[in-house]
Amino acid sequence: MHPAFSVIFLTTLIGAGQGLFLALYTGQVYSIANLLDPQDSVTFYAWGSLLALFLLALGLLASFFHLGHPERAWRSATQWRTSWLSREVIVLPVFMFFVMLYGLFNYFGLTDVLFVVRGQLPVDSTLLIGLLATLMAFALYLSTAMIYASLKFLQEWHSPLTVVNYTLLGLASGFTLAAGFAAWTHANLVGFYVGWAVIFTMLGMISRFASLYRNSRIKRLVETSNAIGVKHNRIVQKSQGFMGGSFNTREFFHGKSASFVRFMRNSFIVLVFIVPVVIMISAANAGSFHLLIVAFVVQYLGLIAERWYFFADAQHPQNLYYQANG
Amino acid sequence: MTQLALVIDLNVCVGCHACVTSCKQWNTSGWAGPLADQRPYDQDPTGTFFNRVQTFEVGEYPNTETVHFPKSCLHCEEPPCVPVCPTGASYKREDNGVVLVDYDKCIGCKYCSWACPYGMRELDENQKVMKKCTLCIDRITDESLPERERKPSCVLSCPTDARLFGDVHDPDSEVSVAIREQGGYQLMPEWGTKPANHYLPRRKAKIQIHEDELDRADNPLKKEAPLPAAEGETLDDVAW
Repeated sequence: MHPAFSVIFLTTLIGAGQGLFLALYTGQVYSIANLLDPQDSVTFYAWGSLLALFLLALGLLASFFHLGHPERAWRSATQWRTSWLSREVIVLPVFMFFVMLYGLFNYFGLTDVLFVVRGQLPVDSTLLIGLLATLMAFALYLSTAMIYASLKFLQEWHSPLTVVNYTLLGLASGFTLAAGFAAWTHANLVGFYVGWAVIFTMLGMISRFASLYRNSRIKRLVETSNAIGVKHNRIVQKSQGFMGGSFNTREFFHGKSASFVRFMRNSFIVLVFIVPVVIMISAANAGSFHLLIVAFVVQYLGLIAERWYFFADAQHPQNLYYQANG
Repeated sequence: MTQLALVIDLNVCVGCHACVTSCKQWNTSGWAGPLADQRPYDQDPTGTFFNRVQTFEVGEYPNTETVHFPKSCLHCEEPPCVPVCPTGASYKREDNGVVLVDYDKCIGCKYCSWACPYGMRELDENQKVMKKCTLCIDRITDESLPERERKPSCVLSCPTDARLFGDVHDPDSEVSVAIREQGGYQLMPEWGTKPANHYLPRRKAKIQIHEDELDRADNPLKKEAPLPAAEGETLDDVAW
């Protein structure tokens, strides 16, 4: 497939935005359980939500560049019964709305305890809104990944690993950013977020390596003989019906050399998994804001390469009809 | 239920591209707007087509065979491009099974083209919407045309009659009979898309002739040799 930068930015930015929100909410839940110090609702939760919202809005903006008719984008919310893309289109704004609400409630200090569960768990409005937003965040990971995983013809994508990867890599980048954000706001959560960021990065590495291994030994379900229905082991395309290019030759081929694709794969392995973990572990004790932000930027750049490779790696069966020039 | 479809005879197709050009002509001048081309007379020309004729070489020299392969939307009975469309622009007509795109609803997200394993959909770079073969829906449903013209443009233009058009759900239709009697098959049936269009395979007419049938011992045309009758009965004269 041809990697489209609009989609690469959409998936990586909203993945990090969801991860950042989930990190904030995890911090809140831990502090309610008295496992962590409570944070200031304005400087930490409100501005943190704004940062998450900013990433989500950037992702949403990037997605419009993928459309031929962005002015009709509202129509894409209609087919949620069958289309994962339509579900994503609905879930993303709903999630953004809840994150905004979470930020606003924290900003205006509407955090009075509403009721207490079993005399132990004080529940305020932000906890409830955050819970809804958390559900939406995971629903969004699911719908984003299922857009790809549901296409059974694209065998590289048609796997539960796609959903696991999108979720874990989003969580990893979100928690890495949360560690940097905590260092910036002098919140006493840097070690906590670094710990989870390293865990999610490592889990993401395991699942991404699993999908790399799976895809390296994938068994193609169709060959040229299935494509044209002629039973012979040796079929060579002599003409694809036109001399110039077409949509089919542009959209489904990345047009880069095999060595470039390998370079992108190796780059993302180093940038997403190895470098950020090394930086974060060395920076965690110092609580250095600069180093943690470098870790996030490096990991984000790596995720762009990872998403590029995700698209370039997928072999669409239609390519069987476009093997020849001329 | 009616399911209109094409049946394309690969044994008859000579790869002349008449169906490609007539398709382009009809569908670029219709009510749905042009099928836009970019740089048609310049370097690196490109454009939108509903129909292509491709050529494949089967086998290894000298035992090769050239297969011309016309390729257009197969109007699947389980079209994978339809449920993925987020806007409902992509749909399958209830009354005749033709898979169509509503150009006024399409947002040009290209997701349906990813979901089609055959690569039958193309984005029109001018209109920025997804386009595909309509089976000339504006011809085949136009009752002001005489009935013999209510066929897709490609079918009418094919000089060798390699393209048949009809209802594959009607067991007595020309296309159903052709599929049944001449080994019609679908493309990549393993995906479960149930393409409505079928292809008829390449066929070779062969008759078995043995050496002794070519060289009859009592061939009367062999004037130089003495007639075998003069030498008594031969095997051919024996009444079995």
